[in-house]
Amino acid sequence: MSTQTTAQSPEAADTSAPGITSPRKRVARGHGRLLTRRDRVTLALMAGVPTVLHVVLVWLTALASIALAFTTWDGIGFDSIKWVGLENFKELFSNNPQFWPAVEHNVIWFVVLILVPTPLGLFLAVQLDKRIRFSRVYQTAFFLPVVVSLAVTGFVWQLVYNPDTGLINSIIGANRPGHYIDWIGDPDLNLWAILVAASWRHTGYMMILYLAGLKGVDPSLREASALDGANEWQTFRNVVFPTLRPTNTVVLVVTVIEALRAFDLVFVFNKGAQGTELLSILVTNNIIGESSRIGYGSAIAVVLLVISLVVIIPYLVATFRKERRT
Amino acid sequence: MSRTPSGLSVPDPSRRSLLRGIGGAAVVAGAGIPLLTACGGSGTAADPKTVSLGSNASDAVPKKAFADIYAAFKSRSGITVDVNTKDHNTFQEQINSYLQGTPDDVFNWFAGYRMQFFAAKNLATPIDDVWQKIGGDFPDAMKALSKGEDGKYYFVPLYTYPWAVFYRKSVFAQFGYQVPTTWEQFVALCKQMKKDNLVPIAFGDKDAWPALGTFDQINFRTNGYDFHVELMAGKASWTDAKVRTAFDHWAEILPYHQDGSIGRTWQDAAQTLVSKKAGMYLLGTFVAQQFTDKADLDDLDFFAFPSIDPAYGQDTVEAPTDGFMVSKSPKNHAGVVELLEYLGTPEAESIYLKADPSVVAASSKADTSSYSALQKKAYDMIGGAKHLTQFMDRDSRPDFTSTVMQPALQKFVRDPKGIDSLLSSIERQKKTIFASA
Repeated sequence: MSTQTTAQSPEAADTSAPGITSPRKRVARGHGRLLTRRDRVTLALMAGVPTVLHVVLVWLTALASIALAFTTWDGIGFDSIKWVGLENFKELFSNNPQFWPAVEHNVIWFVVLILVPTPLGLFLAVQLDKRIRFSRVYQTAFFLPVVVSLAVTGFVWQLVYNPDTGLINSIIGANRPGHYIDWIGDPDLNLWAILVAASWRHTGYMMILYLAGLKGVDPSLREASALDGANEWQTFRNVVFPTLRPTNTVVLVVTVIEALRAFDLVFVFNKGAQGTELLSILVTNNIIGESSRIGYGSAIAVVLLVISLVVIIPYLVATFRKERRT
Repeated sequence: MSRTPSGLSVPDPSRRSLLRGIGGAAVVAGAGIPLLTACGGSGTAADPKTVSLGSNASDAVPKKAFADIYAAFKSRSGITVDVNTKDHNTFQEQINSYLQGTPDDVFNWFAGYRMQFFAAKNLATPIDDVWQKIGGDFPDAMKALSKGEDGKYYFVPLYTYPWAVFYRKSVFAQFGYQVPTTWEQFVALCKQMKKDNLVPIAFGDKDAWPALGTFDQINFRTNGYDFHVELMAGKASWTDAKVRTAFDHWAEILPYHQDGSIGRTWQDAAQTLVSKKAGMYLLGTFVAQQFTDKADLDDLDFFAFPSIDPAYGQDTVEAPTDGFMVSKSPKNHAGVVELLEYLGTPEAESIYLKADPSVVAASSKADTSSYSALQKKAYDMIGGAKHLTQFMDRDSRPDFTSTVMQPALQKFVRDPKGIDSLLSSIERQKKTIFASA
């Protein structure tokens, strides 16, 4: 819609220009008169307040944490900030036994979210789009985990995985000495155990996104492909799925964000013990809490920022390029 | 959402005022942020009849116990204690920003390195004047715990509790076990318990701090108090052969620990002792809080961690001590002094202990006649100790213990064979952390 209006407006200006002889000044003055004092104050507030908030809460803090990444600071008094150059990063890359596993786990988190809950969400969306009975009930049921706060999700799943009294171990009898399956503590298991919980939630999220996308697919396309004799799978593969392209982009971006900001679930689950280290948890452990290694924690945050930029910049470039072309 | 018809037909002026309202709300929200960061002080400035106090006693039992003390203080002095309670862990995590902002006059805190740290950073007020009055009531070990690095007093202890090995008297009687005092007896007992189908040592390290307590015990029994202090202060090396010996001892009893421990909370581990499935459990006396049944509680007993090197015997007791500190610029200094003098009395301590019987008084003058058998034993154990330690996260830098030691010990508990590379990794990280400030 926006592209339409921008395409029309220069045309409209062109046609009006030769018709009226001295309109330009009047239009300008008229434009000024159109905006009363109140309008201008309102506009200034509407543009100004979000800008101030954005600059203070996003840019200043981001730049401050980048600057702090090259210092050590215990958080007490500004005079105790000491410049250390690249020391924090050297320490991080060579000495921190949790850093590389954390990077790896963030990547695994993303890959699993893309491979399991995303196709599953698409599948559910396609099924629910067929106007089956109780569709609303199913939608609600699958979407409910998204509505529930992640901290609550983590708490619930932690009850399921509890080694002594948890649902799983109780059912399979693995809560006896010598038979324990430590879903929460065993580094070979705990990441996957948490990913089940994360996927459980992400599926509902993806389902809603795809459902919205599917509602936007022109029914005449389906009719046409049905007339051409395509079966359901062929229709989906060759007609419906390609029209979901904008949705797929959103899904990809959302999933990347989910993978990078993964935190609450794990923090409630086992505080990021061995096997479930994540960058966000390392940042928290170093900065918040009593440890107050603010410089070091900021260095980890900068690494997280760089990773996000690597993902976001190509996306933004592609989006802007597309906009310019149309 | 846009379906509501009224939203579409609203005339211009009111839509504008609506937008203005939103803008205004945003401004308020923006202004709210600095306000939030500054919260903490309860703003009862310079009222001579009020002292504000930041409390971490968020659990029901201690909260009530402290409230009883402040009520008694009010009826005595006429000064109201305005308590600002925060969740225990949150209080601890926010302590840095809390003390730098507008803290309450007095706040709950722990003895040891962390107290000295805030004293050295000028975030606390020395209270030598208070100690002139209450000094006679405390043993020397407590006096030492209450001083900063500059030799001034900064802390008034209220209560303390020892770490020890807990067991059920009925279980020991049933199987004919003897309380072990040496390492050999202890290991033999573990073996026997395993044969008798008990979990020898209950263990839950999900919260990552219980393993710190196990290490403390094994280390000061193996290497003595002095080495332990040096190690905690970052002076001794973690790659020292002595540390390795301590870990070897731990590895020897690790097979007798409850498995699946990294996923288990200490409360769940304590339940295995309650249900008599486990034979022993090394923890602080607060484990008694999990024994809600009176008969079970009466059946609970403990012994000091067995001696490993006879040169050190059982001379050191880990006895974390909780009490009070004064923030950097209290609004009502006279009231604060009066309150702390009262908190240092045996009377205040006995009020607290009445409500929370899982701890013992820090004062040597406290009335022990109402103590339970467990409390008496704990009191004697602390009184007879040659050295008192606090706990690894109170005796050392918290950034070191929380970001290095907690994950490292969880790793050791899971995989004791990787100890050498683990220790050199600890030492490398320790050097960086202790080198900074």
